[in-house]
Amino acid sequence: MPSIRAMIPSQEARESIGLPNRWDVLVMPLVLALLFLAAWAMRQMSAPYSWGSPIAISLDPAYLPYYALRTTLRMVLAMACSLLFTFVYGSAAARSARAAVILIPLLDILQSVPILGFLSITVVGFIRLFKGSLLGPEAAAIFAIFTSQAWNMAFSFYNSLRMLPKNLYQVADVFHLSAWARFWKLEVPFAMPGLVWNTMMSASGGWFFVVASEAISVSGKTVMLPGVGSYIALAIQGRNLTAIGYAIVAMLVVIVLYDQLLFRPLIAWSDKFKFELSESEAVPNSIVLQALQRARFLRKLRAWLAAALLRWRPRRPRGWAERLGHPFRRATASGDRVWSSTVLVLSGVSLFALGHYIAHAVPVAEIGRVFLLGLATAARVFILIVLASLVWVPVGVWIGLRPRWTQKAQPIVLFLSAFPANLLFPLAVVAITTYHLNTEVWLSPLMILGTQWYILFNVISGAAAIPNDLKEAAANLGLRRLMVWRRLILPAIFPAYVTGGLTASGGAWNASVVSEIVSWGPTRLTATGLGAYIAQQTAAGDDARIALGICVMSLYVVIINRLVWNKLYRFAQSRLTLE
Amino acid sequence: MPDDSTPSLLELRGISKSFAAPDKGSLNVLQDISLALRPGEIVAVLGKSGCGKSTLLRIMCGLTRPSQGEVLYRGERVIGPAPGITMVFQTFGLFPWLTVLQNVELGLEAQGVAPAERRRRALEAIDMIGLDGFESAYPKELSGGMRQRVGFARALVVNPDILLMDEAFSALDVPTAESLRNDLLDLWIERLIPTRAIVMVSHNIEEALLLANRIFVFDSNPGRVKAELNIPLKYPRDRESPLFRQMVDRIYSIMTTAIVPNETDALRAGRIGIGYRLPSVTVAQMTGVLEEVNLPANEGRVELAELAASQQMEVDDLFPILEALELLDFCRVAGREVILARHGKAFVEADIRQRKVIFAEHLIKRVPLAGHIRRVLNERPAQTAPEQRFLRELEDYLSEEEAQRVFSVIIDWGRYAELFAYDYNAGILSTENPGEEVA
Repeated sequence: MPSIRAMIPSQEARESIGLPNRWDVLVMPLVLALLFLAAWAMRQMSAPYSWGSPIAISLDPAYLPYYALRTTLRMVLAMACSLLFTFVYGSAAARSARAAVILIPLLDILQSVPILGFLSITVVGFIRLFKGSLLGPEAAAIFAIFTSQAWNMAFSFYNSLRMLPKNLYQVADVFHLSAWARFWKLEVPFAMPGLVWNTMMSASGGWFFVVASEAISVSGKTVMLPGVGSYIALAIQGRNLTAIGYAIVAMLVVIVLYDQLLFRPLIAWSDKFKFELSESEAVPNSIVLQALQRARFLRKLRAWLAAALLRWRPRRPRGWAERLGHPFRRATASGDRVWSSTVLVLSGVSLFALGHYIAHAVPVAEIGRVFLLGLATAARVFILIVLASLVWVPVGVWIGLRPRWTQKAQPIVLFLSAFPANLLFPLAVVAITTYHLNTEVWLSPLMILGTQWYILFNVISGAAAIPNDLKEAAANLGLRRLMVWRRLILPAIFPAYVTGGLTASGGAWNASVVSEIVSWGPTRLTATGLGAYIAQQTAAGDDARIALGICVMSLYVVIINRLVWNKLYRFAQSRLTLE
Repeated sequence: MPDDSTPSLLELRGISKSFAAPDKGSLNVLQDISLALRPGEIVAVLGKSGCGKSTLLRIMCGLTRPSQGEVLYRGERVIGPAPGITMVFQTFGLFPWLTVLQNVELGLEAQGVAPAERRRRALEAIDMIGLDGFESAYPKELSGGMRQRVGFARALVVNPDILLMDEAFSALDVPTAESLRNDLLDLWIERLIPTRAIVMVSHNIEEALLLANRIFVFDSNPGRVKAELNIPLKYPRDRESPLFRQMVDRIYSIMTTAIVPNETDALRAGRIGIGYRLPSVTVAQMTGVLEEVNLPANEGRVELAELAASQQMEVDDLFPILEALELLDFCRVAGREVILARHGKAFVEADIRQRKVIFAEHLIKRVPLAGHIRRVLNERPAQTAPEQRFLRELEDYLSEEEAQRVFSVIIDWGRYAELFAYDYNAGILSTENPGEEVA
């Protein structure tokens, strides 16, 4: 029936006259609804607020979707800030060898600082900054999440820029791309896969901190921002197990949605930026991404945005590009020496000032005691990493060697690592008090509850990547089970394991601040350790002691990373990578 | 044939380039190069790898600044990437996240050409270079030849005055390179592109002879002009024609005369020092060539072209192998012929153990770096030395990368000769027999 067919515009005709397609019908309302929700929640965020006045939080589960929205919004904003930070910090470090001298070690240290430790300090600052508005505590919470994400994203970006093939820079130069165009056309796309992956990993760590940073108590006063974290804090105060259950379910839903609506599409999309010149077999896909890519109005919006982005030209592109320079240009040796000695002197002075401040307020004996507390926490972290490895390495290898299991297990493990383990802390308290268990021992597992999954996840991917011919060769040579482990499996998964172990250990240190002191209503369980010390000083609002605790903890983390993990990592890189 | 009546398009005046070497002085890559590019010609720069020809190309288009001398483009000094000069890269240099069309549009976009105009011109270029139908493909979906076509389309779409080709065909297989070369030549001869001059850098003699009006043969270490040849052959050139073969032979002999005849040991030691750029050649490759030359049918002498065919190689790829063999005094190149030397014959006719002995003897005697390493190891009480010791020494003569490469060559040869052992993990050289510590 040609007459009817002729009535329906063909695909091309619809494209040209701009009629919406069916994907538009599907996607447009969703996008609009999301925008509306975000705008509405933003207004709630900037409501008037005076320091100390209570914010009503209800344990009624009907409020949970709203709280979840607020929590998610914090997450999104923190991620946007992290991204901006990453672009600026990462490019600065890559472009100037001198900046890198400061920025890269600084990043290394910042990564080791316990985030929840200085929450109490930043919250005061932000409240002063946004006087009389809820934005103060909101900003503090967002900042806490930001600090849990930004560093490793910036690292990833910096490393990507360092790997960028030099001849692509030459292409950009030969065709006269401005520094701005080069950034968006070359540098960002090249860094995209690594950046998306790291953002996802950071976000999964971020849920832990969003929950921990919504209910902040500083010098006896407690701020409770509307959100899932505060809901839980309230449930803990009221010993309400049912409410905890609701919160866990709400969190599960939020994380699944976040993953499906944001990260799945992002990962599928970033696959096209992979710098490979042959097609890989397994291409990630996402229905949401398909819908987004097929919806006409979004396509138009995207084209318009891209054009607007690139249309902006610095007034003097040539001069600008010259000044910015290419990443990894060599600086002159003599200038470098002056610069690095200046940096050394400056950091020496600030270190001295900090030491002076702490030594002034805290007696030497206590400083010594804090170092011992650090040792206790270090021992805990060490033992737990060993235990977790003993459990998860065999499990991970078992899964990784079975491709079908691997496919199913990977998303589940990622999800487990995203789930904020602090939601489960109350259950541990209930168990410990009911069965009269030893607090020192039984509180310890809490710190690795959330981060052990990194070990499992990495071991699975390491085992899955063992080339088939190696497995066949091992079988062909008749290696016994023990030999297979010693000669093939353990060396092959080692690089991946080190990455997982490093992440898990860093996460455990961070978690110690909330896991060495856990309460359930009036019951409060404390384990001896540096984390508990920082938590106590935070509650007391003693800035010098908080600073001391943070410094000591950072020192421990930096030293352990340098002496243990970096060594293992380098060993793995030089000896055990499969080429 | 310097023709002063036509003004030059691009002129290099006394170009030298040296890279700063860590700690000590600098490394000369190019030395005092002057040449002028005239409208309407294709110029080829021919030389072995490491003669600085790619650096020269980057200096021409303003990507790299010369240490001395200046580049004039239409009478003006080039101080940054010059508009009007584009380049085709050996490894294509395509942005993998952009489609063919987007890649081709890149240069136009940077110039601020309006989208509609941009699209029209890009499609035209894609059409011209034979990429029709592939506009929406990503580079990873294309074969090497098609990728390089994108590289050409991207370079030509901006209507460049001068097109630079940096080993543009050497990453492609032979028939693919051939067809792309012919297509480019057609565009050039029929004046379908406004480009007024082409400079190509190559290590392939035939390729240069097929395309160029003028050929500069470069010497390496430091790179400098060894000979300039005008190629009066008409297009399309027939590689089987006597005149063509004659030109090929002539260039061969120019390129291989680096080996000085009847050189005394003292003179040789001066030329080949510790920092000599040993070619990246394996012992197996050397043995393969020697075995071919030693075949009864060949009687110890073989023509280069024939030898190349037997090894299934391009003639140019033989150069490093022959260089290594001459270095070890296993054979010698005279004109177009490879002649087996006495020691080469002894080597190739020996059994596996005996070969190692002969190789070791020649390595010590003829390659100063090998003798040096062995001497240092012998002098040390534990007979071991860290690799840094030698690497740092090499870096007095070579760039860090090049030092690394030369070092890995000498390790490979030294291991074969059992002159010394090398522990990769510890980075330590020793005289001990590998395997002893295991047992």
